[in-house]
Amino acid sequence: MSSKIKSLKYNGKWDFSTSIESIENLSIQKEYQLFINGKFQKPVDKKYFPSINPTNEQQLTRIAKAESKDVDMAVNSARAAFNGQWGEISAKQRAKYIYRIARIIQEKAKELAVVETLDGGKPIRESRDIDIPLAAAHFFYYAGWADKLNYAFPNRTPKPLGVVGQIIPWNFPLMMAAWKIAPALATGNTVVLKPAESTSITALLLAEIIKEAELPPGVVNIITGDGSTGNLIVNHPDLNKIAFTGSTQVGKSIMQSISGTNKRSTMELGGKAANIIFEDAPLDQAVEGVINGIYFNQGHVCCAGSRLFIQESVYDVVLRKLKDRMQSLVVGNPLDKNTDIGAVNSKQQLATIQKYIDIGVKEGADIFQLNCELPKSGYWCPPTLFTNVSQSHSIAKEEIFGPVLAVQTFRTTQEVINKANNTPYGLSAGVWTDKGSKAFNLASKLKAGVIWANTYNKFDPTSPFGGYKESGHGREGGLHGLSPYLNLE
Amino acid sequence: MSKRIKVLKTYKIFIDGKFPRTESGRYTQLKKDNLTIANVCLSSRKDIRNAVLSARNAFESWSSKSAYNRSQILYRIAEMMEGNKNQFIEELILQGEEFNKAILEIDQSIDRIIYFAGWPDKINPIFGSVNPVASSHFNFTILEPMGVVGIVASEENSLLGLISSIIPIILSGNTCVTIVSEKLPLCAISLAEVISNSDVPNGVVNIITGSKDELAPHLAQHMDVNALGVNIDNKELKNQMFFQASNNLKRVVDVSKYKIEDSSFESPYIVKKFMEAKTTWHPIEKDFTSTNNY
Repeated sequence: MSSKIKSLKYNGKWDFSTSIESIENLSIQKEYQLFINGKFQKPVDKKYFPSINPTNEQQLTRIAKAESKDVDMAVNSARAAFNGQWGEISAKQRAKYIYRIARIIQEKAKELAVVETLDGGKPIRESRDIDIPLAAAHFFYYAGWADKLNYAFPNRTPKPLGVVGQIIPWNFPLMMAAWKIAPALATGNTVVLKPAESTSITALLLAEIIKEAELPPGVVNIITGDGSTGNLIVNHPDLNKIAFTGSTQVGKSIMQSISGTNKRSTMELGGKAANIIFEDAPLDQAVEGVINGIYFNQGHVCCAGSRLFIQESVYDVVLRKLKDRMQSLVVGNPLDKNTDIGAVNSKQQLATIQKYIDIGVKEGADIFQLNCELPKSGYWCPPTLFTNVSQSHSIAKEEIFGPVLAVQTFRTTQEVINKANNTPYGLSAGVWTDKGSKAFNLASKLKAGVIWANTYNKFDPTSPFGGYKESGHGREGGLHGLSPYLNLE
Repeated sequence: MSKRIKVLKTYKIFIDGKFPRTESGRYTQLKKDNLTIANVCLSSRKDIRNAVLSARNAFESWSSKSAYNRSQILYRIAEMMEGNKNQFIEELILQGEEFNKAILEIDQSIDRIIYFAGWPDKINPIFGSVNPVASSHFNFTILEPMGVVGIVASEENSLLGLISSIIPIILSGNTCVTIVSEKLPLCAISLAEVISNSDVPNGVVNIITGSKDELAPHLAQHMDVNALGVNIDNKELKNQMFFQASNNLKRVVDVSKYKIEDSSFESPYIVKKFMEAKTTWHPIEKDFTSTNNY
């Protein structure tokens, strides 16, 4: 049957003229320091690590590595700010500081977007239209909550927790910093934040913004380093909470480290989301949603729709449309405004993705990859999909965090619910159908914190985000993003 | 006329709506004034596993009942307890409670069930939200039950403590496996009998007696348990459980910080701790008249 359905031919006739975002007037410093107690300071041990542009493997800058003494200083200054100025100012004034941050991010949006793309490899279209505007919106949204918390929790008097340690990943560097810092400040806490080692620059630009906004020293401390710095934060005795976004494996070890302490936690961990297409779905929209679900940000998305379930009756047509749509994706220089798929974030991540692609082939699934030319240097992975996949295949079970889609089929609603829920993860899920009652049935049965019905990968500061099961606990965004930073007892 | 011989009660455990003895065949004797009150089951890991299985199987049907229906079933538990008050009072006294305190405990227990019975259809109107996203989508957040919750009930307040552990957890649709007071287990089994008479589906509540040191770690490590509600004073055991719970990232709630005897315990915030927020998005058709006014 599938052989009778004709494929579109592309043969290079769909080329776009390049449209490269300018990097003139962009100043990336040679070296970045730690932001502690309102000042940029050199690390005590004077160690630095390189930050690499993943499109050409060139060093962009070098970043300070925080060791034990630096972490102590950051936590102490956050504690002093919590006990001092930040704890004393009124919620109304607190809000205004956070509003300032939102506004300055908007003013510097272009610069931040370009740096995000240079440092992380994501398409400028995404950093410009999604990462940076959402980061600003997140600060703006939570700023408004600061003096309205009593309305959010009936019969309770919410109080801040104190000093929170926050560790964020490399896939949405500035946006994740916003997701962490904005609610923490709105609720009156002070912060020690560590960005991921491969994408620290925009967090340090945010530190400059925070300085420019004249926040009292110590309210936000941004320290850089690798996992060992993260470990020092997690185990620091004077923190009241750890908020972590990253892999489930690291999340579990953090939970072990803080068990038996009084530290609270929010864990935003991995996922293996099901994206489900029923035969009555608007198929073109569904295909668009599947593409966006898995290839957005090179698949470096914890809520990526990495497991596609297609109802058997429309399998052939959906697969053909999907492959056609894949062929029209533009892979390459992320600074080009036409680019859909940029560079993989790091050498290490590329190796992980490649490992899973090899396993997929070895375990007997059929591979289809976008036929495109990849740049000679840098880290690249073409959009990939696997068919002939079963529930037991590694590529259908484990989080790959890359542009790799595993396609399975189903016949009945009950079957696809069982298959979709057959995972330790539970971050998100997608369902495509024109039947409202079916969409709501699926939405209620799927065990995931975010359900996208006839849409996918949508984010908004007002909309809570977070997982069931091994995808973590706590919510970020919206009303439900407040309580993880508050004591309501 | 010969003296009537009293019929003694056999105290067994409660799994999947049935009253089996522990599969291990072990027991411990509960004594008062050198007289045996009961041979209490010393349950095993296998009993825990059976109970988790039954709780898992019950989850779908219990959580998909209407909130109104769950409300009525909880109310029914209170009704049944009211009729069985004397039995609970007798047991509390047998376990060493003074008469007046025993009456207070049963009254408080029943009233607490009535309090929580009103909550199932009121949690989401208060704690859910419709979120005004900037794009053209209808977006809302509701709270859902987590699944199977492992409970370790308090050693003291053998009835009120147990009620306070179980009811706020199951009212939202969770099912549970409960390890009850080791030294005061009698009321737990009678509560199981009440529950079994109250239209609560089999498996929603499972009650296990025995050694907490032995059983609690099995519950904490079980890969099909979603959350723990723990009320134990033994700090070492508690920390061990919380460490083990990270194997599948169970949500852990230390209930021991809330005062069970206090009416401040009666709050939906404790119900919320055993619920997950789920956010659903759906596009709103865009034409020239459409708005984002949700």
